Amino acid sequence: MKALLTGLLEWTDARFPATKLWNEHLARYYAPKNFNFWYFFGSLALVVLIIQLTTGIWLAMFYKPDAELAFGSVEYIMRDVEWGWLIRYMHSTGASAFFIVVYLHMFRALLYGSYKAPRELLWLIGVLIYLCLMAEAFFGYLLPWGQMSYWGAQVIISLFGALPFGVGEALALWIRGDYVVSDATLNRFFSLHVVGIPLVLLGLIAAHIIALHEVGSNNPDGVEIKKHKDANGIPMDGIPFHPYYTVKDLWGIGVFLVLFAIVVFYAPEFGGWFLESANFVPANSLQTPEHILPVWYFTPYYAILRAIPDKLTGVIAMFAAVLVFFVVPWLDRHPVKSVRYRSKLFRLLLIVFAVTFLVLGWLGVEAPTPGKSELGLRLGELYFAFFLMLWVYSKERTAAFSYGLFLALVVLLMIFDSIRYDESKQALMMWSALLPLGYFIVFLLLPVHTRLNESHAVPERVTS
Amino acid sequence: MKRIATILLFSVWAPTGWSAGSAIDLLDAKVNLEDTASLQRGAGLYVNYCLGCHALSFMRYDRMGRDLGLTNDQVSENLLFAADKVTAPMDISMRPEAARNWFGVTPPDLSVISRSRGPDWLYSYLTTFHADPNPSRPFGVNNVVFSDVAMPHVLAPLQGRQEYVRGEVPADAREVHALGLAVNGGDILVQKSATMSDGSHVPVVDRLTVTEPGELRPGEYRKAMRDLVNFLVYVGEPSRLDRQAMGFWVVLFLIVLALIFRALYKEYWRDVH
Repeated sequence: MKALLTGLLEWTDARFPATKLWNEHLARYYAPKNFNFWYFFGSLALVVLIIQLTTGIWLAMFYKPDAELAFGSVEYIMRDVEWGWLIRYMHSTGASAFFIVVYLHMFRALLYGSYKAPRELLWLIGVLIYLCLMAEAFFGYLLPWGQMSYWGAQVIISLFGALPFGVGEALALWIRGDYVVSDATLNRFFSLHVVGIPLVLLGLIAAHIIALHEVGSNNPDGVEIKKHKDANGIPMDGIPFHPYYTVKDLWGIGVFLVLFAIVVFYAPEFGGWFLESANFVPANSLQTPEHILPVWYFTPYYAILRAIPDKLTGVIAMFAAVLVFFVVPWLDRHPVKSVRYRSKLFRLLLIVFAVTFLVLGWLGVEAPTPGKSELGLRLGELYFAFFLMLWVYSKERTAAFSYGLFLALVVLLMIFDSIRYDESKQALMMWSALLPLGYFIVFLLLPVHTRLNESHAVPERVTS
Repeated sequence: MKRIATILLFSVWAPTGWSAGSAIDLLDAKVNLEDTASLQRGAGLYVNYCLGCHALSFMRYDRMGRDLGLTNDQVSENLLFAADKVTAPMDISMRPEAARNWFGVTPPDLSVISRSRGPDWLYSYLTTFHADPNPSRPFGVNNVVFSDVAMPHVLAPLQGRQEYVRGEVPADAREVHALGLAVNGGDILVQKSATMSDGSHVPVVDRLTVTEPGELRPGEYRKAMRDLVNFLVYVGEPSRLDRQAMGFWVVLFLIVLALIFRALYKEYWRDVH
């Protein structure tokens, strides 16, 4: 029996690089031995992808992409299709799980500088995957054809209409295939959701893994394990991905699946965050729902969009907030990769950014009061300021540079506030200005007067 | 188009009459899907009082019977008035155009109403119909959580005539707004807060009280409405009880699996230092 299997493998290897691929990507792919909690999310993203693909294939067997039938076909899946409710809830929960996992995966890269040389391209491909994921989620959200599906799509497509010179209107019309979101829109979104984007996504994910295995994984210490190799050319701090990380990731997958199942079986709506109650009303082009809001994973960007009074500026800011991730490897040029050895201020910078992102996400689902809009605008400023600070912190800055930049930013803030000046909100604007002002004082001026922005020595080899 | 988009973006937030009532604290429906008797009573009420106008197109009679512990014969004899076959969906025979003529709107399908409105809203809605002599009201009734609703109070024979008795509002109140609903004996209270000219708040309590009794006493009527809402919650997601019963074993299995994976991981990693 064993001889037969070995023979079969030899026969295959002569015709297809099975053993070679196995070794290059698993058995002799050497990963740093010091991965921590944050390194589970790459493999978890693959698990969620597989969940989405399989449940998606089965949903497509019963779903009807037709404005007259779509809403009913989803309820048909929920009631008359054997196990349909489970497949549907796995898919809807999987969508949110995908974003949770990917956001944590991206934050890991920010923590340990995983986008820095030689991994810039790896990061770029990752950002493309993130964009595809957003498109995939957006197209998919229209398919249940509920009120929120319909009006969410209406609002987001109309954003393209903000582009000047008549381009925007034409573009929005082209995307919809109609003057309003309609059957034509539903059909093309279905096609893109089940065929178009998944194909691109799979290609990009393959490229992401190939690029990763070419440059090797980063690690929580941000040191290159390839610098120290033993006599056989194997990194001394590396361990074969298989079996070490396959079994470790299995443990991560186990924990993930427990949490996933708890949501699927006990809280599939997740208090309205994963499935919105307004989406249980069939789409009606004549009745606008009371609140229109995207699902949680888009709300940080939605909050930035809404906070800016001028629509075109708002749309530009929103797209910029996503696209800015592309340039991160060229903004942050600091030689130290990991947050472990970067300064205390850098650590604070990351924490403030994470909090900003979360609060923006919360603001995006709240009805806008003047106070909340103002907070959204200030947090939007902090959002972009983070990327500026990544660049500022790339190297030691002189006192003149720091003070000069500080003054320039204060002037810029004042100009911007005078453009959007509104007498009724004067006090609010002045109080909230303390937010960016304080931010710049802490992150630009403290490095001049204290030693809080000093990096630590990076060890030669990975620790623990 | 640009203007429409701007309006969509920035002003859809203004509350519309469509659900102005949901901003107040609602009565607690306290539904219990495991109470099969309650679900059966709810189904009876629905078929007798609601199914003339409101379809449950996504619900089939036989599935409902199975889930509610009824045989097909029991369903046929007691609940099957609007269709011929027990395998049929719970549709209505009223034509939508005719309905629009009679009521001004087409009565909506209620298959998933419990998922869009929530049980508490439905319970509050069904219990807070009251007489409204305003000649603009076609059926002489109004509703506290859904003001100027087009639906007549079809359950009035059960509830009787419920009157809305306004509480005393201080003469110099600047503004009065509703806070929530509460049950007090046979009555339902509408608790409000009046903002005085000096900025202080004074509580105001309006009262819904039954003046001409119906077939049921107020407490019995509320219990019947609880049954009806319970039934609607079941119809909104018939697989919910299955899901929760099954979930326990799935999660238990996955916990055991995760622990095995952990043991495997610890075993393999013993030689990594």
